[in-house]
Amino acid sequence: MKTIRASIIGFGAVGRGVAQVLLDKNDYLQSIGIDMRIVAIADSKTALVDHQGVDLESALSRKKETGTVGSEIMSGTEIIRTLDHELVIETTPTDIDTGGVGLINMMAAFERCMDVVTSNKGPLALKYGEVIAAAKKSGSHCRFEATVGGAMPVINLACDVLAGNRMISMEGIFNGTCNYILSRMMEEQAPYEQMLAEAQELGIAEKDPTYDVEGIDTASKLVIVANSIFGMNASYRDVTVTGITRITPEALSLANADGFAIKLIGEVNDSRINVAPKLVPLSHPLAVGGTLNVFSVQTDLAGPITITGKGAGSIETASAILSDIINIYKN
Amino acid sequence: MRVSMDLELKDIPGQLVLALKPVSEFKGNLISVVHHHEKKTPRGKIPVHLVFEIKPDHLDNIISLLEESGISVVSVDEKRYLEHGAVILIGHIVHTDIKDTIDKVDNTGYAEIVDLNLSMPRVNRPSSASLKIDAVSKQHMSAAIELLKSIAKEKDLLVIEPIGIN
Repeated sequence: MKTIRASIIGFGAVGRGVAQVLLDKNDYLQSIGIDMRIVAIADSKTALVDHQGVDLESALSRKKETGTVGSEIMSGTEIIRTLDHELVIETTPTDIDTGGVGLINMMAAFERCMDVVTSNKGPLALKYGEVIAAAKKSGSHCRFEATVGGAMPVINLACDVLAGNRMISMEGIFNGTCNYILSRMMEEQAPYEQMLAEAQELGIAEKDPTYDVEGIDTASKLVIVANSIFGMNASYRDVTVTGITRITPEALSLANADGFAIKLIGEVNDSRINVAPKLVPLSHPLAVGGTLNVFSVQTDLAGPITITGKGAGSIETASAILSDIINIYKN
Repeated sequence: MRVSMDLELKDIPGQLVLALKPVSEFKGNLISVVHHHEKKTPRGKIPVHLVFEIKPDHLDNIISLLEESGISVVSVDEKRYLEHGAVILIGHIVHTDIKDTIDKVDNTGYAEIVDLNLSMPRVNRPSSASLKIDAVSKQHMSAAIELLKSIAKEKDLLVIEPIGIN
């Protein structure tokens, strides 16, 4: 049995999902020889530290009841810099302008030769090369399946499962919020603003939906895909981006009459990284509705492979994080 | 463009090769050759149906060469546009001179707007339109869509193109 001491930095939906999944899957993890011990949890204001392992159940209920996870005033970065542990589970929110605290946390972890599993897109979409170089230098693992497509296996599928294949191109729907809004606009023949409001009411869209609807979220994911799967050295600024805010219900119905849906499609190939609304034939595998995500990768040996699944959600994203953790420590 | 041609050959050896030679000389790409030896015409000739792709300006040369070789060209059916595509436009489509937008594509010589459906919900609200485009080949289709995108940029229109272009 290998004991892995880990911290969860960021205790929002994803961080809490990770705690829940670690609780639910504890027996399984033990059965494959992994003893996960969470020695610290940090949210944006407080921290909970216990060298013997925090009680995840009470941490979750405390967060639910009081809004904070602990009583200590200690930042995630301080935890990484001062507390002895092997793994940082970095689930702070994405900051696409600077990389934010996530970037600081990841670099701090690599300085101390710790492994990092993250769902934070910012650091990788902005400074992929630097982050990976720092991990390599310190001999740390850095895995980030949860940054792209939530529960859908994207990075690990291409890099591990399809190892040996050359990836020619990838296209798909990487943002459930946009997919929901466009699908509902078509169904209801309703304007964008109305369906955005509905999505916000249901918690599918953020109060400030800019990241999603302007295509910024999709673009960040594509940069991570381009760098990690296609071996590019791209940054968020290399992506041409068009969002969905100008789409009209009339356009959706004209497209539908011609046998097409309109979807916000992200594509990566040798020459470009592009996000734009596109016409997708209604019978095409990429024409999935609701909040679903989907992508299709063209490979030289295996041909086209299409995966569809839930692109967001607390437990779904935690599933990607768990698979990264198991991948690092199972051997 | 794609040409479908009905010929009649004399029933003597070497005629089929003679019929195919002009196509190959002008770098045509043969798609199919059907030799109806069993369906002789009342004049004792053998009908042959050819389908090939060729640059438009070479077709007349091929027909003359065939006729010079004594091969009867019974019918020629040319299909200039092999690719059919659709795009959606959103914005002030009419007020940014829709005729000019269409003319620019039509004037390329390799693509044409063949259908347009316009939806104008209210004054001052953006219109939406679906455009059908025919083009000579896949490459010409993507060139036509690129052209539309550059026109749209000037006129502040949004072009929604099909996936898989480029």
